[in-house]
Amino acid sequence: MAVKVVERRPLTLAERTYLPQILAGLRVTWENMVRPPVTLQYPDERPAIPQNYRGVPTLVRDPEGREKCVSCQLCEFVCPPKAIRITPGEIPADAPTAHVEKAPKEFEINMLRCIYCGLCQEVCPEEAIWLQTQYSMTGLSREAMVNDKARLYELGGTLPDAHRKWDVKKTEAERQAGGAH
Amino acid sequence: MESFLLDLLASPSWPFAASRGVIVIGVLMTIAGYSVLLERKASAWIQGRIGPNRTSHPLIAWIPLLGTFLMKGGFIQPAADGLKFLFKEDPLPGHVRKGYYVLAPIVALAPALATVVMLPFGRLPDGNVIALCPGADVGVLFMFAISSLGVYGIALAGWSANSKYPFLGAVRGSAQLISYELAMGLSVLTVFLATAAPGVDSPLSLVAIVDSQKGAWNVLGHPLAALIFLICVFAETNRHPFDMPESETDLVGGFHTEYGSFKFGLFFVAEYGHMVIGSSLFILMFLGGWHVLPWLPTVGTGVVATLAGLAAFFLKLAFFLFFFVWVRWTVPRFRYDQVMRIGWRVLLPAAIVNLLAYFAWYAYKG
Repeated sequence: MAVKVVERRPLTLAERTYLPQILAGLRVTWENMVRPPVTLQYPDERPAIPQNYRGVPTLVRDPEGREKCVSCQLCEFVCPPKAIRITPGEIPADAPTAHVEKAPKEFEINMLRCIYCGLCQEVCPEEAIWLQTQYSMTGLSREAMVNDKARLYELGGTLPDAHRKWDVKKTEAERQAGGAH
Repeated sequence: MESFLLDLLASPSWPFAASRGVIVIGVLMTIAGYSVLLERKASAWIQGRIGPNRTSHPLIAWIPLLGTFLMKGGFIQPAADGLKFLFKEDPLPGHVRKGYYVLAPIVALAPALATVVMLPFGRLPDGNVIALCPGADVGVLFMFAISSLGVYGIALAGWSANSKYPFLGAVRGSAQLISYELAMGLSVLTVFLATAAPGVDSPLSLVAIVDSQKGAWNVLGHPLAALIFLICVFAETNRHPFDMPESETDLVGGFHTEYGSFKFGLFFVAEYGHMVIGSSLFILMFLGGWHVLPWLPTVGTGVVATLAGLAAFFLKLAFFLFFFVWVRWTVPRFRYDQVMRIGWRVLLPAAIVNLLAYFAWYAYKG
């Protein structure tokens, strides 16, 4: 490969005194100084969090306030740091959602272990677990950093549900049952 | 000396003299403290930050608008910084030379405080000069002699710390001071030449130098001397880009690596004290001291003129303190060999040539 020798221009007298460069530098810093600061004064001002932010994992309800999680435990299995612990439970036969069959009796996410990877949200077949916009979790003890089911639903709230998977299944089952007769 | 002190104590005016001294030193220390705040604020602005804006006290925060202003401007911060230094544990490392180690911060601060004695600030309505020791004929010599002693604090600190980086810092600081003191002294000689017109009793007195600048300021007649002097002031006060003795990238913290709590605070205040002294010297010798504008020595008469002069002096001082900070956050540090080359091969010859040129000019003029 041919080497191209770049001729170095000797410094002019003005450049060798440094002074023009220093003055130019002073101008740059002055322009920076009169510019408004970029500091975000954190506890008083909060950053704007985008809606697809991967924050604290939460459990969400469907628009009718029903529990979406069916305690399949896929998230528990996929969770790399093993932060999720689910105790599955049955839905009583006389409940209106009895056809869903299962719901978590207890659902715990240990936020000291969670690495916010979002695999639980990705794996969930029910879209019941969501990493939402909360980015700051604090607690005074290790126990306080374990989010139980009530806390997870409190954090999660309700998200719109476009699929209504279980409603579709129920009407389908009823239609087929009706057609059989 | 003893009889002088006894006379001073016996004279009815000694409480006045003492209180005057306390006031002037208090003013210097306050300016030094607030230049630390200026440093923190200006560096924050230059870097797009806000700077200290949280420190307050319930009693001050309670004042409606002023309290918020003081807090946002960080005006309580110097007090908090000082108190922090005061209440921190003051450990004495096992490997230091203890006596000198304790002595060094005092030696660093004392010259800064001592030089204020000669510093004139302005003129009273009756023509007297506002200074602790107004009539001194050798003001400039005294200031140069004493303020250079500040480097002994650095040398002593570096040596007594008994540790390699502080020692390197001290050696650098001493070498740098010697190199730049020469150019500094030679550059101001032209000012004395200009001041020593027929009829001036004591051209070495700062008051005479200021009085000779009623028309054009010396910076207009001696631009090269002013530039050399300014660069040397930066070097002598160990400010960026010449902060060789501190040089935290290659020397950890330089000469004060082994110091903590209030001893470090003393070094800190001494640095800013030297900045105040250096800027004051530059203002008095090249920027017309308490004269408001070139060819406009005073505004108004009587008390108004005094206040205008004081305001002019302190505004110039504030600008220079800001300029020190501004340069610090603009220019990177010179390498040690560059510092030496600038000192010996650029500034010293330039100062000599400048001096010879003015010799020739005054000889020709007669």
